[in-house]
Amino acid sequence: MVEAKKIITPLTDDVIETLRAGDKVLISGWVYTARDAAHKRMLEEYEKTGQLPFDVKGQVIYYVGPTPAKPGQVIGSAGPTTAYRMDKYTPKLLELGLKGTIGKGWRGPEVKEALKKYKAVYFAAYGGTAALLSKHITKVEMVAYEDLGPEAIRKLYFEDFPVIVANDIYGGDVFEEGQKKYRKLVV
Amino acid sequence: MREIHYNDIVKAVKEMVMDAEYKLPEDFIQAIKLSVNREESPLGREILQEIIQNAEVAEKEQVAYCQDTGYPVFFVEVGQDVRVVGGSLRDAINEGVRQATKEGYLRASLAYDPLFDRKNTGDNTPALIYFDIVPGDKIKIMFAAKGGGSENQSKQAMLKPADGIEGVKKFILQSIANAGPNACPPFTVGVGIGGTFDYSAVLAKKALFRHIGERHPDPRIAKLEEELLELANQLGVGPLGFGGTTTAIDIKIEIAPCHIASLPVAVNIQCHAARHKEIEI
Repeated sequence: MVEAKKIITPLTDDVIETLRAGDKVLISGWVYTARDAAHKRMLEEYEKTGQLPFDVKGQVIYYVGPTPAKPGQVIGSAGPTTAYRMDKYTPKLLELGLKGTIGKGWRGPEVKEALKKYKAVYFAAYGGTAALLSKHITKVEMVAYEDLGPEAIRKLYFEDFPVIVANDIYGGDVFEEGQKKYRKLVV
Repeated sequence: MREIHYNDIVKAVKEMVMDAEYKLPEDFIQAIKLSVNREESPLGREILQEIIQNAEVAEKEQVAYCQDTGYPVFFVEVGQDVRVVGGSLRDAINEGVRQATKEGYLRASLAYDPLFDRKNTGDNTPALIYFDIVPGDKIKIMFAAKGGGSENQSKQAMLKPADGIEGVKKFILQSIANAGPNACPPFTVGVGIGGTFDYSAVLAKKALFRHIGERHPDPRIAKLEEELLELANQLGVGPLGFGGTTTAIDIKIEIAPCHIASLPVAVNIQCHAARHKEIEI
């Protein structure tokens, strides 16, 4: 197995430029959580006030709605949710300086274009391996929209959180490239 | 007439839901373990190992296998010689779900209304419950936790009778290919063919309760299941969609009579968090 690259948030263009679709990466540092309801509210608020609940510049958003922490846990199970549902909101956040998103599954063409344009990366985490992934999260803080429960915006501290670069700034796509190698049947 | 108390049902449902969320069915885990040796992609093999490890950790630590603890769906078969006392059966099932969500640290994943506020119900109720009346004095409760990621990729089509077997195969394989990485493969694929628009989807969901490798009793359907499984694994999707030869662990088809004008087909994609459990009280 190829050794994973270690990166630390917030991310800079220098780091983004080194990442290629298919690279294994271990992320450390703070990231923010947001999924469907938080994205909708965040972007509606931005339309009205020009403000976001946190400064997205250089930051990474993890698409996750964790289970509640059991006593003794920092966070409950915390795997990625499907990313394309956030596609409607992602280009605007990238324009505002967001440098990375973490989820699972394909992104749409508008997001792939925006990743190139604004120099940002979409990482895929291993969907459904939520009990394992939560072990790489060592601190949790509430940031905004607590009323959304599992969909609230939280800050998570990652320690070597494992992901794969899914879409890079060069147009690479790990899913398309990976599946092409093993596809014997086209339907 | 046999009587079952409301409280006994609450307790049984609570335990079955928590158990299902923490521990995947043994036949599924065994099938994943076998697939590691067959998978051609090195990354795919690594992901399958992570899936096995995730299952081990979730079971050992009694935590949710996936953070999406799903929409609770029940198929309940009530014997006609049994009655529930102390409350309604529906209320007992919902109370069991409510207690499992709270005491089992499950995620609240239901919105009250689909279009307006989408406010979270907070306790994973109301569960979706399909009731059936059967002979006997037992109550059989089948539970599935349906995650949003794979449910979103499920499909239904009203094909023409002229589309026939080839049309059905094409639709099923296209549904699997399109679900791809979004729905967390390797999948088990539940297929319902026949019935009405709605019943085909119910059949597809119910088909997923059949054990891995257990073929349909009709040899023609059994052959179709085997053929589709082989074809699905040629699509290249692979573990979590990163490419590979393990796209589906099994395909299970159920059929029903249908209108002479219709050929309904439903494909319920099940992610690797294949949480299904049955009990009989």
